[in-house]
Amino acid sequence: MAVAKALSTREEVVKERVGLTSNYAAAYAVKTVDVDVIAAYPITPQTTIIEKLAEFVANGEIDAEYIPVESEHSALSAVVGAAATGARVFTATSAQGLEFMHEVLYIASGLRLPIVMAAPGRALSAPISIHGDYQDIMSARDSGWVIMIASSAQEVYDSIIMAYRIAEDNRVLLPVMVSYDGFLMSHTTEPVELYHEEYVRKFTPRNLNRPRLDPRKPMTIGVIASPDWYYEIKYQAINALKESKNVIKETHNEFNKAFGTNYDIVEKYMLDDADYVLITYGGASSGNAKEAARRARERGLRAGVLRLRLFRPFPTDEVVSAIKYSKVVAVVDRALSPGNTYEGPVFNDVVSALYNKGINKPVISVVHGISQRTMLSDDFYNLYKKLDEYAKTGEYPRKTIFIGLRGGEA
Amino acid sequence: MKVYFRTIKDLPVDEYFGPGQLTCAGCGPSIAIRWILKAAGSDVIIVNATGCIEVTSTSYPYTAWSVPYLHVAFENAAAAASGAESALKVLRRKGMLDAKAKVIAIAGDGGTYDIGLQALSGMLERGHGVLYVLYDNEAYMNTGIQRSGGTPHFAWTTTSPVGSKLKGKVQRKKDIMSIVIGHHIPYAATANLAYPIDLANKVKTALDYLDEGPAFIHVLAPCPPGWRYPEEMTVEIARLATETGYFPLYEWDHGMIRFNPPSNTHFDKSKRKPITEYLKRQGRFAHLTEENIKEIEKEIDEYWDYLSKLVKTFG
Repeated sequence: MAVAKALSTREEVVKERVGLTSNYAAAYAVKTVDVDVIAAYPITPQTTIIEKLAEFVANGEIDAEYIPVESEHSALSAVVGAAATGARVFTATSAQGLEFMHEVLYIASGLRLPIVMAAPGRALSAPISIHGDYQDIMSARDSGWVIMIASSAQEVYDSIIMAYRIAEDNRVLLPVMVSYDGFLMSHTTEPVELYHEEYVRKFTPRNLNRPRLDPRKPMTIGVIASPDWYYEIKYQAINALKESKNVIKETHNEFNKAFGTNYDIVEKYMLDDADYVLITYGGASSGNAKEAARRARERGLRAGVLRLRLFRPFPTDEVVSAIKYSKVVAVVDRALSPGNTYEGPVFNDVVSALYNKGINKPVISVVHGISQRTMLSDDFYNLYKKLDEYAKTGEYPRKTIFIGLRGGEA
Repeated sequence: MKVYFRTIKDLPVDEYFGPGQLTCAGCGPSIAIRWILKAAGSDVIIVNATGCIEVTSTSYPYTAWSVPYLHVAFENAAAAASGAESALKVLRRKGMLDAKAKVIAIAGDGGTYDIGLQALSGMLERGHGVLYVLYDNEAYMNTGIQRSGGTPHFAWTTTSPVGSKLKGKVQRKKDIMSIVIGHHIPYAATANLAYPIDLANKVKTALDYLDEGPAFIHVLAPCPPGWRYPEEMTVEIARLATETGYFPLYEWDHGMIRFNPPSNTHFDKSKRKPITEYLKRQGRFAHLTEENIKEIEKEIDEYWDYLSKLVKTFG
């Protein structure tokens, strides 16, 4: 895709290039947008985000109220209260913390509150694992939030800035979650270009013209609805999420113009003529898949990668149009949907998207990197070779393939 | 307690908790909330926990609240109120808001003694300038009379039933005031809807202290279906709770404890009405034996002993 014509040059908007983990990149983004209220509770691998923000507040580098709450349930509840009062808010969590927030996730979207949350993905207990995968994010996928999954520290920084603009848009007014790989991204340092504050603030203007608690204009927020009303109110929220896709795309375009970037809600790598496509999300699996695609191309296999940047609302049209001419597609999930026909959650989304467009093509469900089980680019390279074999024999596996699993059938 | 209102005629005529509610006839909590909002005035933001008051006052598309109102969930009124208070503070500081609104969290005994205790403790510890009002109807009345940590000893509820082996609630009522005072906040008080002037003055006093930190008011609010008495008896039953010494009126003000009338004379047991006056009017205590009543009386005496020690130390 051609780089959109920049309104300002990259040189103009970039203040400095620094080494940051994705967690620190998230904290720097929050710092730059002029946030009002931050509430959070420490949990691995999220903790360094709020440590950094606490430091910013302690040093007077941001003018925000930092609420060191006693639990994640209260963290999200506090930002719900603050957002309902008109403040620009931020929280962050992972894994068990996101599960503990679960009840309030639905309330935040049901009340149509523009909350922004960073959520480095992590495996869920039991057994306890502090390591990265996307089980926590998948468990939150039906809560009505906009969910983006970034694949680099720069993208985490950029996505959080975009998230404020999306969440506070009067056509959206929904909470936005920005996710990325726990540890593999949250704790590894990459170069990040930080922007001058004035450009970021110009891109994320305040929206005080939204429903909020104001004694001069009293309003009841968080009502009880009888069966005669509940269904329609929920339907409105579902529709707002569905239609937020246009605002999200628009925001991406405007961000590209303002900051000289090249984001889309999906990322296409060597896809134009690809026979074999891996659909991935997050940093490590996408990076490895791209490397494997490059190697497969050297060996004559027309390989490509489609990375989902936007997960909810699901980019149905974009996914289908990107893979429509490919021979075989594999969806690499780093999370589980136990008890489903295929255990890969995003696989089920992709198949549903194809069905929606009346396309029947071989799609393989692959699970890898659970609880940060090592993923090698060789694994993805071998997967491309397998897709080629399937295509040649015409026989496709009718169950999920678990890569990297000891003692299991792969 | 500063005296802001001397008689009922001093209370504002304005109503902020109006018609359009679905409470039961004789609902104690709704009487209490009406007094509280009258005393507080219009420049407030209410954050309400799930419970009787919430489900009966916000039935979409109606609302009984003519002040800004937020409900989030059962256990997090204190957390959501912390957020609202922080938001007001920072928005004012940044010049994006000129309102002087104060935040009042309102929750029942379930949302305070039990599921909401953690969030309440967090809010008190962090020192948010929020007035937290507990309306205590001594059980989960919203879901149909199940016991809570605020239900009294031996009281019948659907989850502390009267059977052949067990007779009502096995445990004593949790001492929420001691828990709250343990957080060393500027102000905490008990109040009773049967004493509206005392209640209104406590609300005003509490709101005046919010610049320093949190305030807490524990309001006894009887429930006709849950306590099993005729609905016209709410105020009378509530008054008996204080007159018998079952629910003393007192306040914790910057490290000092002060008892308010009529409880200020109740250290002398002979000045209290007999506890049976209170118990015999309520169906939830209809099964009590002489022995049970003696035990309740003993517990009340113990409590007054404890209170008199507090007064000796902090009076």
